[in-house]
Amino acid sequence: MNFSNIKKEFPIFNNKNLIYLDSANSSQKPQSVIDRINDFYSNEFSNVGRSIHALSIAATNNYENTRVSVQKYINAKDKDEIVFTKGATEAINLVANTFGQKYLKEGDEILLTELEHHSNYVPWHYLRNLKGVKIEFAEVNNDGEVTVAGIEKKISSKTKMISVTHLSNVTGAILPIKEITELAHLKGIPVLIDGCQGAPHLKLDMQDLDCDFYTISCHKMYGPTGLGILYAKKKWLEELPPYQGGGGMIKEVKKDSVSYGDLPNKYEAGTMATAQIVAFDQSIKFLEKIGMNNVIQHEKELMDYGQEILRKNNSVKLVGNPKEKGAVLSFTIEGVHPHDIATILDEDGVAIRAGHHCCQILHEKLGIAASARASLGIYNTKEDLNQLNSSINKCKKIFNLK
Amino acid sequence: MNIKELYQEIILEHGKNPRNLRKTDNFNKDAKGYNPLCGDSVHVYLKLDEKKKVEDASFEGSGCAISMASASIMTDLVKGKDTKEVKEIINDFLGMIKENPELKSKILKDEEKTKLMCLSGVKQYPMRVKCATLSWHTLISAIDNSHEEINTEKLY
Repeated sequence: MNFSNIKKEFPIFNNKNLIYLDSANSSQKPQSVIDRINDFYSNEFSNVGRSIHALSIAATNNYENTRVSVQKYINAKDKDEIVFTKGATEAINLVANTFGQKYLKEGDEILLTELEHHSNYVPWHYLRNLKGVKIEFAEVNNDGEVTVAGIEKKISSKTKMISVTHLSNVTGAILPIKEITELAHLKGIPVLIDGCQGAPHLKLDMQDLDCDFYTISCHKMYGPTGLGILYAKKKWLEELPPYQGGGGMIKEVKKDSVSYGDLPNKYEAGTMATAQIVAFDQSIKFLEKIGMNNVIQHEKELMDYGQEILRKNNSVKLVGNPKEKGAVLSFTIEGVHPHDIATILDEDGVAIRAGHHCCQILHEKLGIAASARASLGIYNTKEDLNQLNSSINKCKKIFNLK
Repeated sequence: MNIKELYQEIILEHGKNPRNLRKTDNFNKDAKGYNPLCGDSVHVYLKLDEKKKVEDASFEGSGCAISMASASIMTDLVKGKDTKEVKEIINDFLGMIKENPELKSKILKDEEKTKLMCLSGVKQYPMRVKCATLSWHTLISAIDNSHEEINTEKLY
């Protein structure tokens, strides 16, 4: 697989001095995805699932077609297990809200990890006040990982849900989610996997993984913004109450009663992000064309190379050292605040993120206020990492470091 | 704009060795400020005498070179001035960072103006303006004793 041409498929890299190392935040979009949004609005637009006219029928077919593509891509058993949301954040809120409503009571525990993004903590935090639920955090070890043993230690007879990230957006640790799920199921506890960072970089197989819920952020997966996916086992979607009420999610509405639509419509109230959903099919096609095995291999080579050159660079310290690591290089430079690093790197067109990356709990645990993060996508190259390294050197020079 | 105009020698020097990075003994005014975007925090302490003159000013906190240098220069500058003068300087500084090409206050000596103008580079970096202004907003809160924690996300 020749990865040197992939950048050309992303128009943002044309004629621009841009070293984009912020894909964990949001990825760039290939031409095929951008074109599909344009085509759809220009020639095919209609709302879906409501009207009888030809445009609506075609739009509905395209919309449902993406659902089937997602189902196949993540090897879900049934297409009705794929729910479109406005983002992975909404997907987690949907589960926390409906599961909390139906199953949780005072004293029950939700088990998270110290690696979690705020979006896999705050939705559960609401249940503290609403239901008197307790939140436990499995500890991160010195390498920035959470182990199965670390999870097991925090499981109690009151644990009602385990919600963990697939791949940490800070340390890059890939969690042993299959083992965590097996362990949880032995104890009768359902599992939600926050797959925001997992889905763009790893091969997914829901049937093999056997988790109860898996959430995906489409804009991190070379797709449009405003779109997320909730995978949930059918039995959960049947058992849980609806999340939002409105058009499209109902069966029958009377003055004294409302009944809800079949899956997955029950969870898709109101007009959805139609164009984005139709265009997301192109993101999946794009990844399938490259092949996930190739994506994984390319990103691993880049990651190994990036770690190697940054380790050799004096005063640069990598955040975390997990054995199984995804496409994230978080680092600090002794004596330079990450915000200063990001501003100076930006001068050379090197786009990184600086701050706590929505993981304040983790940064506190690691004893750092913030970190700088270079995160990779399929369009990145070793030259990009060389530029990162030389811009870091420029930064050190400005701050009189060796 | 050249990055060197933002990271001038005086900024780097104050960033590395911030003045007044401590807690004033027997302070009688203080306030906390927080920038949720980056997690930077600052706690400003003042000791005012009976004539409302700043006997001592100090701060605690962590942050980037810009925010540390700004708090360092600020706490140096306000010592010996009364709260009315301090407020005039704050308004002048914030006005300069926001839109004015230069500082106007007559209370400021030329050398003080030169020092403060070193921070004007952030005007070209909208995301970094908050780094330079957090401690100043927090100083207002300390003087007013409003006990309101300054949150940069709620200022603009």
